[in-house]
Amino acid sequence: MNSLEITGIAVVRSGREILNGISFDVTTNSTVAVVGPNGSGKSTLLRCMAGLWPVTGGAVTLNQTPLPSMHRTELARAITYVPQETRLDFSFTVRDVVLMGRYAHRGRFERSKRDDVDAADEAMGRADVTHLADRLVTNLSGGERQRVLIARGLATRASILLLDEPTANLDVDHALDILELMRTLAREGHAIVVATHDLNAVYRVADRVALLDSGRLVAIGSPDDVLTPQNLDRAFHVRAETLIGTEGIPVLLFHRLEISSGVHCR
Amino acid sequence: MAIHREASICSLLLAVLLVCCIAGVSIGSTTLQWTTTMQVIAGKLLPFWFPLQSTAPADQVIVWLIRVPRVIVAAFVGAGLAVAGVVMQGLFRNPLAEPNVIGVGSGAVLGAVIVFTTGLAVQFAVALPIAAFCGALLSLLVVYIVATRGGATPVAALLLSGIALAALLSALSSLLISLSVVNWQVAQEIVFWMMGGLDARSWTHVWLSAPFIVVGIVISLVYARDLDLLVQGEEAAAALGVDVEASKRILIVVAALLTGSCVAVAGVIGFVGLIVPHVIRLIIGPLHRRLVLTSALAGASFLILCDLLARTVHPPTEVRLGIITAACGAPFFLLLLVRKYREVSQL
Repeated sequence: MNSLEITGIAVVRSGREILNGISFDVTTNSTVAVVGPNGSGKSTLLRCMAGLWPVTGGAVTLNQTPLPSMHRTELARAITYVPQETRLDFSFTVRDVVLMGRYAHRGRFERSKRDDVDAADEAMGRADVTHLADRLVTNLSGGERQRVLIARGLATRASILLLDEPTANLDVDHALDILELMRTLAREGHAIVVATHDLNAVYRVADRVALLDSGRLVAIGSPDDVLTPQNLDRAFHVRAETLIGTEGIPVLLFHRLEISSGVHCR
Repeated sequence: MAIHREASICSLLLAVLLVCCIAGVSIGSTTLQWTTTMQVIAGKLLPFWFPLQSTAPADQVIVWLIRVPRVIVAAFVGAGLAVAGVVMQGLFRNPLAEPNVIGVGSGAVLGAVIVFTTGLAVQFAVALPIAAFCGALLSLLVVYIVATRGGATPVAALLLSGIALAALLSALSSLLISLSVVNWQVAQEIVFWMMGGLDARSWTHVWLSAPFIVVGIVISLVYARDLDLLVQGEEAAAALGVDVEASKRILIVVAALLTGSCVAVAGVIGFVGLIVPHVIRLIIGPLHRRLVLTSALAGASFLILCDLLARTVHPPTEVRLGIITAACGAPFFLLLLVRKYREVSQL
């Protein structure tokens, strides 16, 4: 069982505190959603968990091994980070980009092996981009590019997946597909951390939710325990109302907080 | 792309290079039969099988001591500049990066001018490529540090910092020439060299440049997969397993090595690193393993043809090679820039 653990991490950049004192862990067969308002440190947290940003305090460990002591290829085989966007200015084909997910599995002079091609094909199938395989990434829509990035991440076959806003550019149909895919991957033994603004998606995928505000962990626990009106008021300054959808999944409705003068409260 | 298509394109480019080499050696102020050219080359390389007695001594001098080294230097410089362009475009994640556009060529020139004006170039032939390499490396580091923010290098920042640095380094080169050289003939030679050309290149120039360029191309091939990922951003590359800082350091040194070696023996020859990788990318795609090798082959042919044009367009005077490549490359560069900004404005 793989376990990615963060213990009291802090990140300070250019004298500004971005994260402070955050601790939790994620293990196989589970999904943690990281939520919080803009600038709360969600993306930074994911980057630290992927070993891409150094922490100024605390530690991030994979199975008790600190990430900075691991080689980058070793890390890439264990943890995959899917950014919200990647520069795709050069006209690679979708298949080329997805195969790049196999970088850490191949020697410098090795061509793609059968295993690499199989992993890329499977990843493209799961992210529903097989039909785009020979298209140039420069000619894709934002949502299609995002699915290509997810496929590239899946092609690594890492057991820990960190996804930054994976459904941000997707239409409803594909967003539901990706959420379903995350659930399936967790059932298959992956550990998943997903940063998202879509609080209703959290109920569909997450076993636990970490709520951040101004770089600090406000609450962590099950969606029902964390996404309470009090916590959402504190972090987002909104009034939340919970309804139960037809599938039995809670749905959050948001209303602005207003003060007596009618001015919106922030 | 199927492997056989890749192999066919490489074979085709090799054949084109061979034809360009034979044409480059055969055509000139004294045009020789291609069979004479082949006889001299074969006689020099395999004297036991192809005795040289059947060829005139004058033809042997023209082919073996004048044209063959010139064509070989042209081939290596063309290959080196094209691969330097590929590496810089990958490093800067910007298809408009090119040694001379971003001031790295001017850095190499300043290094070379320093060893020319101090007389070191005469005392130690190898001082020239080393100084050009150091100048190229320093200027590349300055442009990279100034123009890159958060793992990305915007076009405007890259070009503006390149223009500013090139202006400063060119001014320093001019200052050194005007202050240090009392002999006007030497100063004229340096200025002529700075305009880029391959006249009077000998076997010494081949040995001064070829080993460095070969090493640069081989390392670029070794790091081709890193470049594929680096063009997608440093964070994405690191997430997929690239040791970004180590790869960047090596690739910066390689780009400087290639540029410095080329400038040391051929002066400033602009736009080869821009035109060749662009055209090759259109044919073979942007994967660097293919791009490095095919750009090297195409760059070699391109520069041999440009040199041939420089020698034959206005005989007996030779047009400077830098002028020919700039005449081809500058309009191409402007076209690319216009297209790039049209794409941006359409977003």
